[in-house]
Amino acid sequence: MNLMDTINSMLPSVLTADGLAGIADEAAGVVFLVICAITLIGGIIACNSERLVRAVAGLAVCFVGVAAIYFFLNSPFVAMMQILIYVGAVCITIAFAIMLAAPEDNKKHGPAGPLSGPLGLITAGLVTFGMIGLGLKTEFIAIPKINMGSVKLIGVQLLTTYSMVFELVSIVLLIAIIGSLVIARHGRSK
Amino acid sequence: MDLTIFNAVIAVVIAIAFAAANAAYLVLAERRGAGRIQRRPGPNVNLFGLLQPPADGIKLMTKQLMIPGGADKALFMVAPVLAMAPAIMSFVTIPFSNTIVAHSMNVGVLMIFAFASFGGMAILLAGWGSRNKYGVMAAVRAVSQNISYEVPMLITVITIVMMTGTMNLHEIASLQSGGFWNWNIFPVSMSDGFMLQPLMPISFLIFFICSLAETNRAPFDLGEAESELVAGFHTEYGSMGFGLFFMGEYANIVIGASLITILFLGGWGCPFGLYPGVWWFLLKIYLLIFSFIWIRWTFPRTTIYGLLNLSWKILIPISLFNLLLTAGLLKVF
Repeated sequence: MNLMDTINSMLPSVLTADGLAGIADEAAGVVFLVICAITLIGGIIACNSERLVRAVAGLAVCFVGVAAIYFFLNSPFVAMMQILIYVGAVCITIAFAIMLAAPEDNKKHGPAGPLSGPLGLITAGLVTFGMIGLGLKTEFIAIPKINMGSVKLIGVQLLTTYSMVFELVSIVLLIAIIGSLVIARHGRSK
Repeated sequence: MDLTIFNAVIAVVIAIAFAAANAAYLVLAERRGAGRIQRRPGPNVNLFGLLQPPADGIKLMTKQLMIPGGADKALFMVAPVLAMAPAIMSFVTIPFSNTIVAHSMNVGVLMIFAFASFGGMAILLAGWGSRNKYGVMAAVRAVSQNISYEVPMLITVITIVMMTGTMNLHEIASLQSGGFWNWNIFPVSMSDGFMLQPLMPISFLIFFICSLAETNRAPFDLGEAESELVAGFHTEYGSMGFGLFFMGEYANIVIGASLITILFLGGWGCPFGLYPGVWWFLLKIYLLIFSFIWIRWTFPRTTIYGLLNLSWKILIPISLFNLLLTAGLLKVF
C-alpha cells in the first residue's frame, strides 16, 4: 500500500491527484515563467550588485534557475549536475577566492571599457534584435523524447556520438589548471 | 506514482515534521550522551529531560531577532534558510522502506549530494554576512573542509554505483535485500548472483569518515571551534536564526546516517532476512547517529592542517586506488 495513495483516498475529490493534475497542466506555463524570472533576477543581481559576495549569491540563484529549467525539461540528471557543479563547486570557489583575496566590501570600479558607452548600447540592441528575430522566425519542432534521462544512455552517447565534445571539455579544464598554475607561480616568485 | 502538487506538499510537510522532531530530540540525545560519556547527568529534569527540547524551542522562538550593525542584512537572513531548506528537500527522495518514499528518483544519490552542496554556500554567506572576523575565518575553514571531503566521498559513491549499476536509492537498497551477506558493506552474494567485493569495507570506512566531516561533526567541527573562534560561522546568530542552523545540522546528520544505511547497510532489510521494514531502517540510522555522538564526545578536535592532510594525502589516494581495484574486481567476478 502506497503511503501517498492512502493519503489521497482520505481526501475530498477536488484535492486528489486527478483533480489537481488538470490544474498542474495549466500551471506549467506559469511555472516556466516563474523559473525564467528567478534566473533573470539572479543574473541581474550578479551583474549590478555593489558587493562581490552578493554578486556570487545572485549567480547561485541564476544557476539554480537554470537547473530548474533543465528539471522542467524532464532532464533531472542535467539539473542535478548543474546544481552540484555550478552551485556546489563554481560559486563556492568564487566566493572562497573573494574572501581570501579582497577584504574590502565594495566592488572596485576600474576604468570603463570601450563597450560601456553608446557602443555598448548599440551592441546590446543588436543582440536583442537578433534574439527576438530568431525567436519569432524559428519554427519550434517538438523533438521526440529520446529516453527517460537515463544516466547510462547519456554516458554511452558521451563516449560515442559526442566523444569529440567530451574530449574538448577536458582540454578546457586542462587549460584552466595550467593557467591557474602559471598565475600562482608568478605570485610565488615575488 | 505521479508527483502532483498536492503529493509534493504532503511529502514536504512530512519531511519538515520528521526533520524538526529529529533535530529537537537528537539535541537531547546528544546532551544526554555527552553527559553519560563525561560522567555527569546531562539534562534530566522533568521526565528524563524529555521536556527540554520544547522549552528550548519556545526560548529560541520568543527571542528577539538581532541583526548586528554593519552586517549584510539580506545575506544574513538568507543563510539560515539556506542551511535548512536543502536538507529538508533531500528527505523527499530517501526511501524509508519498500513503500515509504515520497518520490523515488533515478538520480537520487546525485540529488542528495547536489542539495548537500548548498550547505557550504549557507556557511559562507553566514560567515560573510554577519561581518565578524571569527565568522569569516570559520566560513573559510568550513568550506575548505567541505570541498576537500566531498572529493573522496563522491569517489567512494562511484564504487557503489558501479557495483549496483543504478543511482536510484530505492533500487540500491532493494538489491541488498535478504540478509547480512547481501549488504554492500561486505558483499559475498547479491540478489542477482554471486559477487565478491573484499574492498567494500574500505569504501564504507572512507564514506563514514567523510560524512562525519561533511556534517561538520567533531572531531572535524573546525567551522565552529569554540575554543578559538567563539562559535564560528554562527557567532552573531541568536534566536531562530541559530535554531535553523542547529536544525539544519541535525537534519544533515539524519540524511548522512540514512545515506550510509541505504548505500552500505541494506536499507530497510534485516541482517537475518526477517520482517524487513521501516523499523530496521530507523534502528540502523539511530545506531549510526549514536555512533556519531559517541565519536564526537570521545575524540578531541583536530587541527585544520591535520584535517586537510587527512583528506588530500590519505583519503583521496586510498579512495582512488579503491575505485580502480573495485573496477578490476568487478571485471574478474
